[in-house]
Amino acid sequence: MAKKLIAFKLNNQPVEVLIEARELLVHVLREQLAQTGTHIGCETSHCGACTVDFNGESVKSCTVLAIQANGGEVLTVEGLAQNGTLHPLQEAFMQDHGLQCGFCTPGMLMRSFRFLQENPDPTEEEIRSGMAGNLCRCTGYQNIVKAVKSAAAKMQPA
Amino acid sequence: MATTAEELDRQALLEGIGCSRKRKEDPRFIQGKGNYVDDVKLPGMVYADMVRSPYAHARIKSINKEKALALPGVLAVLTAEDLKPLKLHWMPTLAGDVQAVLADEKVHFQYQEVAVVVATDRYIAADATELVEVEYEALPALVDPHKALDADAPILREDVKEKDNVGQGPRKHPNHIFSWEVGDRDTTQSALDTAEVVVKQDMLYPRVHPSPLETCGCVASFDKVKGQLTVYITSQAPHIVRTVVSILSGVAESKIRIISPDIGGGFGNKVGVYPGYVTAIVASIVLGTPVKWIEDRIENISTTAWARDYHMTGELAADISGRIKGLRVNVLADHGAFNSHAQPTKWPAGLFSICTGSYDIPTAHVKVDGVYTNKSPGGVAYRCSFRVTEAVYLIERMMDILAQKLNIDKAEIRRRNFIKADAFPYKTALGWEVDSGNYQAALAKVLDAVHYDDLRKEQAEKRSRGELMGIGLVTFTEIVGAGPSKACDVLGVGMFESAEIRVHPTGSVIARMGTISTGQAHQTTYAQIIATELGLPSEDIQIEEGDTDTAPYGLGTYGSRSTPVGGAATAVAARKIRAKAQKIAAHLLEVSEADLDWDVDRFKVKGVPGQEKTMKEIAWAAYNNVPDGMEMGLEAVDYYDPPNFTYPFGAYLCVVDIDKLTGETKVRRFYALDDCGTRINPMIIEGQIHGGLTEGFAVAMGQEMPYDAEGNLLGNTFMDYFIPTFVETPHWETDYTVTPSPHHPLGAKGVAESPHVGSIPCFTSAIVDAFAHLGVTHMDMPHSAYRVWQKIHELGLDKQA
Repeated sequence: MAKKLIAFKLNNQPVEVLIEARELLVHVLREQLAQTGTHIGCETSHCGACTVDFNGESVKSCTVLAIQANGGEVLTVEGLAQNGTLHPLQEAFMQDHGLQCGFCTPGMLMRSFRFLQENPDPTEEEIRSGMAGNLCRCTGYQNIVKAVKSAAAKMQPA
Repeated sequence: MATTAEELDRQALLEGIGCSRKRKEDPRFIQGKGNYVDDVKLPGMVYADMVRSPYAHARIKSINKEKALALPGVLAVLTAEDLKPLKLHWMPTLAGDVQAVLADEKVHFQYQEVAVVVATDRYIAADATELVEVEYEALPALVDPHKALDADAPILREDVKEKDNVGQGPRKHPNHIFSWEVGDRDTTQSALDTAEVVVKQDMLYPRVHPSPLETCGCVASFDKVKGQLTVYITSQAPHIVRTVVSILSGVAESKIRIISPDIGGGFGNKVGVYPGYVTAIVASIVLGTPVKWIEDRIENISTTAWARDYHMTGELAADISGRIKGLRVNVLADHGAFNSHAQPTKWPAGLFSICTGSYDIPTAHVKVDGVYTNKSPGGVAYRCSFRVTEAVYLIERMMDILAQKLNIDKAEIRRRNFIKADAFPYKTALGWEVDSGNYQAALAKVLDAVHYDDLRKEQAEKRSRGELMGIGLVTFTEIVGAGPSKACDVLGVGMFESAEIRVHPTGSVIARMGTISTGQAHQTTYAQIIATELGLPSEDIQIEEGDTDTAPYGLGTYGSRSTPVGGAATAVAARKIRAKAQKIAAHLLEVSEADLDWDVDRFKVKGVPGQEKTMKEIAWAAYNNVPDGMEMGLEAVDYYDPPNFTYPFGAYLCVVDIDKLTGETKVRRFYALDDCGTRINPMIIEGQIHGGLTEGFAVAMGQEMPYDAEGNLLGNTFMDYFIPTFVETPHWETDYTVTPSPHHPLGAKGVAESPHVGSIPCFTSAIVDAFAHLGVTHMDMPHSAYRVWQKIHELGLDKQA
């Protein structure tokens, strides 16, 4: 199958990668660009384990073609910490026991990263509705809600 | 025990037992640096994908691989015919049956593995599965287990139809797998015949799937030069996998290395050995290159292990005051096409006979019959000890039904029948010795916390207004920590657990266990046990599991085994080290061992302040200055064979409001009190309970694997199969009491499965309670809005203004 060279910004770094038109973004991120933090849980966009930030929106990278990323900007969990400092959400997930097996965690972090920009001071109900596209089988969500809320508080402008 | 402020400070620094220590696993997971099986990429690795049957029951007339093999990038297409010369087309199951690795002449369930395609790329492998041409002759499917033993039922397993035993005792029909009986048939019959009151109820525990967020998969890599096989695998039991792979392949166990890396949840789904693993291993041996096989979600739900599918009938005999005189249970168990039930090998119905629950029941009799149907093979324990969820559901439903029959409150009927706190250890009518409990105290604490009487008053008012409010109550007892090797084995290997601890000269520690964390944070909690036992900070204690080349042999993590068995092995191994350390300390301090007291992190000479040696000092001395005749070093191994199971318990209460027009249930309150004995990390315990309650909510409110009459599975994606989101999931309230296990070195009992086991009947109890005043005594799960609405509609409640 004919391959095409695409270029995009991944975690603020320019990348170029040769892909087939049918390849999914999640496979290209994981297998060609070695960013395996983004996970595959269902391949039907229900579970959200593959959530990444794409041009300022949360997308499920199992149902985005890699070719759509050409010229765009993708942020994955590997790009969340800045200059060796964890993002407040990463800190909060750790402090509030917001993860167990860790498989949903990158997707949860990437969705909450975008969600808190959409709604910087959410109520519990708003968090639950804003994160509803991401499934977790371990935590029962309660501590994730707590983590997102505490991160939001820390991220409030002083 | 530390008492002074100085001692307490030293104890706090250790972050040992009882500390809500933050998890050591988190830094890698929050930065995308976990290492799950699908993250493994080896040089030259190729990809396997499965050709699966569209039919539930059919004869394979022909398989044509030509078109698939002609596709560029395809390396091999393997069928049962190719595996036959290697005798790998069938494999043994844990339950004594055999399972087809690739369908041999017939398919027995929809999505059964028919051929495996190996290609250079996962996309090409997927394309090629479409090009394998399989011609089938459809056969009538057997879907309803109640028809399995009919004289005219289609015979499913032609491979074993002449056998009078498929591993678990005599059978009476070609579709029959086993009959298992326990208890006293005659005294139970007599109790039922002479009782003042008898209640009887049929109930279905539907077939459900654990669905961890990561599906099953492996990377198999056979090194032809060294003759060594390495397999990265999503397994909750890597050591058993090594033994099974060795038996199957003929490769010496010493040349097989099984690695369970980070596992994205297990919940029982990752206990078994699946055809995908076996075919990837065969393909790697044949091709001499690493082969990756990863399920997609449809394959996960459709083919790898599910749970339950128990069709149960319970009968309770009682006097008019509600005091139970006897329990009889009959179960028809649908095991699907192959009996690949994952249980201790000798227990065809697992530990189902714990179904006398928390109650003092003088006599009981249980009979379970297993049958084949044209459905995927199983089943496993889905976040529970083997068949304990079914047992607890049965007895807790029966308690409610008896209460209703006698018009006694459901809390009161439980109080009247509880095993008394001073009666432990208590021998049940079905042979278990319950180690410890205090059920009265647990129930009382919950009823006080929720103001039970006020809830009942509120309910009475709501009922008078025609509103539907239900209160669910459950007081469960689990049985976990399998188990004593005299009772439990897997393929002949006793169900012990192991720990190997090595203290380095500078006092840091590496420890390896035979269990494997699938999210329970063993790296955090085992270190806490060692920290307390050895007086060395948990921060300096490294825990490793899951690599059979380095970890001692263990049976793995399922059935809440890790703390009850692995935690015990860890404590005992640490105590062996401490005993040696005491000898070294005595030598260093020139006193006798008996003159020393242990104090948090050091040995002190009795009555001589300042004469002491810390564990760090002793660790250093262990490598240069030990008593005459003692070998150097400071390490120990323990293979712990538990004397008994442990019996965690709890009291749960649930309040629901049901919308009369839509059937939607709002869980207004769920209060869960758990007693898991000694608590090692309260933060992690609470997290486990949240997760278990949520999985219980999923099962009770929506999960099922429905099949149509042809054996087509109707719900095998996350679109159809209910996984609760943030929105549906209730808010959980947790509480605890502590009743240590008398036989466990730490008094710990295990916790992560109790909330699943206990919550499911609690939801049913609440939903039925909402209709109890209208004469409803039982409703089968799942309690989806549609099914609840059907009940509302049947009762005509939606017609009232």
